[in-house]
Amino acid sequence: MKKLIAAWLCLFIWGSTVAASEQSLDHVSVDVFDELSVIRGAAYFGDYCLGCHGLKQIRYSRLVKDLKVNEAKLKKTILFGDIKIHESIKSSMTPELGETVFGVAPPDLSLVVRSRGSDWVFTYLKSFYVDAKRPYGVNNVLLPNVAMPNVLWELQGSQRPLVESVHGEDQVVGVQLIEKGSLSERQFDSALTDIVNFLAYVSEPSKLQRVPLGKYVIGFLLLLTYILYKLKKEYWKDID
Amino acid sequence: MNSGKTVGGAVREWIDERLPVSKFLEDQLLKYYAPKNFNFLYFFGSLAVLVLINQIVTGIVLAMHYKPAAELAFDSVEYIMRDVSWGWLLRYLHSTGASLFFIVIYIHMFRALFYGSFKKPRELLWLFGMVIFVLLMGEAFMGYLLPWGQMSYWGAQVIISLFGAIPVIGEDLAVWIRGDYVIADATLNRFFALHVVALPLAILGLVVFHLAALRTTGSNNPDGIEIKKNRNLVGIPKDGIPFHPYYTVKDLYVAGIFLIIFSYIVFYSPEMGGLFLEHPNFDPADPMKTPEHIQPVWYFTPFYSILRAIPSKLGGVIGMGASIVVLFLLPWLDRCPVKSVRYRGPLFKIALTGFVISFLALGVLGTKPVTDLNTLLARIFSGVYFAFFVLMPIFSSIEITKPVPDRVTEPVIPLSKREGFQWRMIEEGLSALQHAPAYLYIKSILAKVSGKVSGSN
Repeated sequence: MKKLIAAWLCLFIWGSTVAASEQSLDHVSVDVFDELSVIRGAAYFGDYCLGCHGLKQIRYSRLVKDLKVNEAKLKKTILFGDIKIHESIKSSMTPELGETVFGVAPPDLSLVVRSRGSDWVFTYLKSFYVDAKRPYGVNNVLLPNVAMPNVLWELQGSQRPLVESVHGEDQVVGVQLIEKGSLSERQFDSALTDIVNFLAYVSEPSKLQRVPLGKYVIGFLLLLTYILYKLKKEYWKDID
Repeated sequence: MNSGKTVGGAVREWIDERLPVSKFLEDQLLKYYAPKNFNFLYFFGSLAVLVLINQIVTGIVLAMHYKPAAELAFDSVEYIMRDVSWGWLLRYLHSTGASLFFIVIYIHMFRALFYGSFKKPRELLWLFGMVIFVLLMGEAFMGYLLPWGQMSYWGAQVIISLFGAIPVIGEDLAVWIRGDYVIADATLNRFFALHVVALPLAILGLVVFHLAALRTTGSNNPDGIEIKKNRNLVGIPKDGIPFHPYYTVKDLYVAGIFLIIFSYIVFYSPEMGGLFLEHPNFDPADPMKTPEHIQPVWYFTPFYSILRAIPSKLGGVIGMGASIVVLFLLPWLDRCPVKSVRYRGPLFKIALTGFVISFLALGVLGTKPVTDLNTLLARIFSGVYFAFFVLMPIFSSIEITKPVPDRVTEPVIPLSKREGFQWRMIEEGLSALQHAPAYLYIKSILAKVSGKVSGSN
């Protein structure tokens, strides 16, 4: 018995070390219920991302409904040109054009937070650094040799890579700001949080319905279960 | 009505003259005597029925909106999640239900092992259950392809390519199953047909057989004795109580508790940290891009671990198949006349503990990437898994059992009656807790609060 418990403990300790050895990500606290942040994120997305990346799984009209913004406000931030309100959010860049320009079509980002996680998106957007060898002059620590340029450069500024020798090979382990952008570091983190918040909302808009509803369903079930428990007690009182 | 009959009574009589509905319900519910000492492990059969109904009802509505075509499948699931009214709820009920189905079934099967419910005279009951389990795995495997995400696609690719390891006919068989040389539209379309029509029909049919066999032999109980051997003057088992109302009300109450847990997951954690809905499955299937780390959903990982633990591909396939086939043989591998773990010897208890731990450990290992250490651990635990079955005819025939009582005892044996140093340790720990200042303080506060509440009434 003691041996078995010891074996279990070993298993758990080994499990936690495996988890710790993965590349560490910066943490971002996502709150899709912060409507203002999500709307600001939508505006950033319209300005910096929508040119290449679409969000085909969501319609503009859904933003109106969920975020309580009107169409006029949407027209200033993310709904450009003569696109109708019930259309889905698509980039004007075709996949063919994307391939010509970047070598690979920019992916649709509707579900990026669900597939990669919010911390990953946050860290990825912060991890660009100057690299003259790349076609757009930048590279990324988290996704080496990614085709995407650093679109948030004017907000963030430029970063240089911190290189360390790992197992005899030079590896980029971090970045350092060398030229300031229009936002301070804190302001930039806050802008990124808005973008991640918006993408988290887009990846699962039903979360705005799901989470508030849960307490009522569970409350009802608790009451029902209590009544069923009393019923069971009543029937079972004559069984020894 | 002039003879004092209600409309309902008249309708029932009219039907009963033509179809014996009342008699059937009476035989199955009122005259079916179940042992009175069922404990919580005995609820998982009725919970399995509850989850099955949930899967069928939500599945039917999902099938109304889902498109089984490679070009459309992924987007149609997102369409359900976003544009279909309450579609997100249906989808989460279905996906959470799938995982909970396996939790419920695994506990249900463990109960059978624990109290010897698979043994004579319930061999056929066990076999029907095992066939349902295998069909359920097929149902879950095919259902998992339908969202057409990266893990759907590559998981299916890996598992179906295993058939290729079978000598001579392997490759042709794999192509026949897929309907193509890789997982493709043809595969998706046929998996949809099997998932929504063929397998649910087969499962439902077998559930009927499973229940019919259960009604024939009667339920086992935590003491593993046959209550039918002790009848009163009118032939009713002395330790039996009518299924209805006693177990119907008890099952309803437990269903309430289960639904609270179910709802908590659906509303607050439908992905279950990537276990119930895997993160890579939110990327659409891409035949040109293999994910770094392919793993099946958590409920297949114990068997997947056994597959990976064996070095040769064919050996792995045989090992994985054997790990399921041996379960069918259980009624004939166990030679011990005593059913319940309560009266069995230490050899069985040690073996069962080893088996449960190795099953859980294999499950954890199946979600981890392959490393030297993981492979070694998977081999050790696979060894323990198979040793449980291979050695069973030996240890079950030499183990020293305790005398089995004639009549059923408690649903759960009280701590004070249990033998063994571990129970004494738990008992001491509990009594130390009850004398701890913090416990006494909380107790006094609770007493004050409840005093106030009852006082204000």
